Amino acid sequence: MESFSTHTGIVATLNRSNVDTDQIIPKQFLKSIQRTGYGPNAFFDWRYTDDGKPNTDFELNDPRFAGRSILATRNNFGCGSSREHAVWALVQDGYRVIIAPWKEVNGERVPGFADIFRSNATKNGLLTVELSEEEIEQIFSAVASNLGQVATVDLPSQKITFQEPNALVFGFDIDKGSKERLLEGLDDIALTLQYEEDITRFETSYDPYIPVES
Amino acid sequence: MRELADGSTLLYIDRHLVHEVTSPQAFEGLRLSGRKIRRPELTFSTMDHNVPTTEDRMDIKDPVSRAQVEALSQNCEDYGVTLFKIGDRRQGIVHMIGPELGLTLPGMTIVCGDSHTSTHGAFGALAFGIGTSEVEHVLVTQTLNQRKPRTYKVEFTGTPGPRIFSKDFVLKLIGTIGTAGGTGHVFEYCGEAVSALSMEARMSICNMSIEAGARAGMIAPDETTYAYIAAENRPYAPKGDQLDRAIAYWKTLPSDDDAAYDRTLTIDTSRIAPQVTWGNNPGMVIDIDQPIPEPDSLAGYSRADVENALAYMGLAPGTFLTDVPVDVVFIGSCTNARIEDLRLVAEILKGRKKADHVQLLIVPGSQQVREQAEAEGLPEIFKAAGGEWRYAGCSMCLGMNPDQLRPQQRCASTSNRNFEGRQGKGGRTHLVSPQMAAAAAVAGKFFDIRKWPET
Repeated sequence: MESFSTHTGIVATLNRSNVDTDQIIPKQFLKSIQRTGYGPNAFFDWRYTDDGKPNTDFELNDPRFAGRSILATRNNFGCGSSREHAVWALVQDGYRVIIAPWKEVNGERVPGFADIFRSNATKNGLLTVELSEEEIEQIFSAVASNLGQVATVDLPSQKITFQEPNALVFGFDIDKGSKERLLEGLDDIALTLQYEEDITRFETSYDPYIPVES
Repeated sequence: MRELADGSTLLYIDRHLVHEVTSPQAFEGLRLSGRKIRRPELTFSTMDHNVPTTEDRMDIKDPVSRAQVEALSQNCEDYGVTLFKIGDRRQGIVHMIGPELGLTLPGMTIVCGDSHTSTHGAFGALAFGIGTSEVEHVLVTQTLNQRKPRTYKVEFTGTPGPRIFSKDFVLKLIGTIGTAGGTGHVFEYCGEAVSALSMEARMSICNMSIEAGARAGMIAPDETTYAYIAAENRPYAPKGDQLDRAIAYWKTLPSDDDAAYDRTLTIDTSRIAPQVTWGNNPGMVIDIDQPIPEPDSLAGYSRADVENALAYMGLAPGTFLTDVPVDVVFIGSCTNARIEDLRLVAEILKGRKKADHVQLLIVPGSQQVREQAEAEGLPEIFKAAGGEWRYAGCSMCLGMNPDQLRPQQRCASTSNRNFEGRQGKGGRTHLVSPQMAAAAAVAGKFFDIRKWPET
């Protein structure tokens, strides 16, 4: 798995909430049996016009976002389909970090990312960062006012630092397991196989109604 | 199975369901690493997303789709996985065939590289969708590393009015809490309105748990569950003494009456009206007799979100959907393509014709449902109404096969997602119950099913 420690790059913004994985990588690209080749098709329906040219109305096609690698967006990013192709597409399109806000609804905290997307992202070295809605507003303002705004995302210290003139610093939370896996780029399967004896012991001690075709 | 140092749990997986779209890269991973499938006998596979649903379905004309389907055949053969391929009478949408074949049982952990795996929770199984890296992980280790989710009790009380279905229950839930309202949680659906439902109707609710953000949604097993599992034609379900022992165990599974949940919500089903989505996510839903909302009036959405949705859908605020014509009616998908759904559709279509301008597609979720419908004479009713009676597959739910909307076509659909482009680029999807869809086909526009003439 790809590791993640520190990354510095240009920040782009996508002012949409509930961006679903059907938007991130549309259905026709899921027919591929490869793990690569998805990058140019990220956000395909928004990104290109019907004749295949870049859609100038789409925010991420703004020339000042050229070379961006950090995406700040709105709540519930990556909802819907479990397709890991969405994460492959973002990574192959150059994104290393996605930032989305959690929000409070009726006193409850609604996460910034959908569960399956976040799990898939971690397995591909794509860092998902949750900030508050106020902090995301600050990022949107900073990016709007400063062409090619650059930020550094530091996973060991769990901090995002925006460079001058918008010198902003945000701390973020991440669970211990995901942080370790990202920092070390560990192979999840190899990690689990360390417990193979436990798995075998469990299998031999347990009656799971194994299918017996009648 | 085991707690790990980082606070997560290594969870043993009892059933792993596999389809052609999210598995090829996982099998490729096995080839590259030289690893084997740990328990191929717990792994079952079918073809559903890419398969055409027309008479000539065996001949997949799209070479990319064909290559993906062929890759699954080859992978299953190479690794010893049972596969129900096109042409097999057990083939169908993966979430249809698990329950049908008796693979889905209470108390199990079930995963599949597909977010609608939540469907199987209707049996009191912990069932959830996973990504392709996790598919590979399960193939090799038969386990998954998971954090314990929070719990969310959703109680459906009361007695629903006539022609209000479980699809309306779950759309109402999603409209109430939003598409991220359940993120990080597992739902447990309960209450007298759930207990009164058939297994088919329960599956429709659990299926759409993910549309409210929850990876899984469960219903405690009861006599309805046991009767479904004990029915004929469930070759992988326990039988005789084994079934008796299994039921004795399953009776220990339901939550205690005084169980504590992280969150709870109660919805009175007697107050639920027929639901119809108007926007580009399943939480953008209204009662059929409500107008399309104003951009500033919608809690939980920014003005830009609502304006984007209205522009994509070609709708103006204040419009009533009962005044809006539909071009296509799609009855199918892992949400609503079970035999009970088709019977409900037949009840509406019997002796009637679809509106001339409407294309009406009726796609059974599995070949077994197709056979059952034929035994009951349902296709004759569908065809007499001007509908197209198809073979099993995901069909127009997600347009990975020839069944797709054209740009700007408006569809009343019994599926689960109204995301932009989901049913075809530029297509406009409105999610409804099967009877609402059938009525729209006849009326040529959305129709309040409560006003359907009783015959």
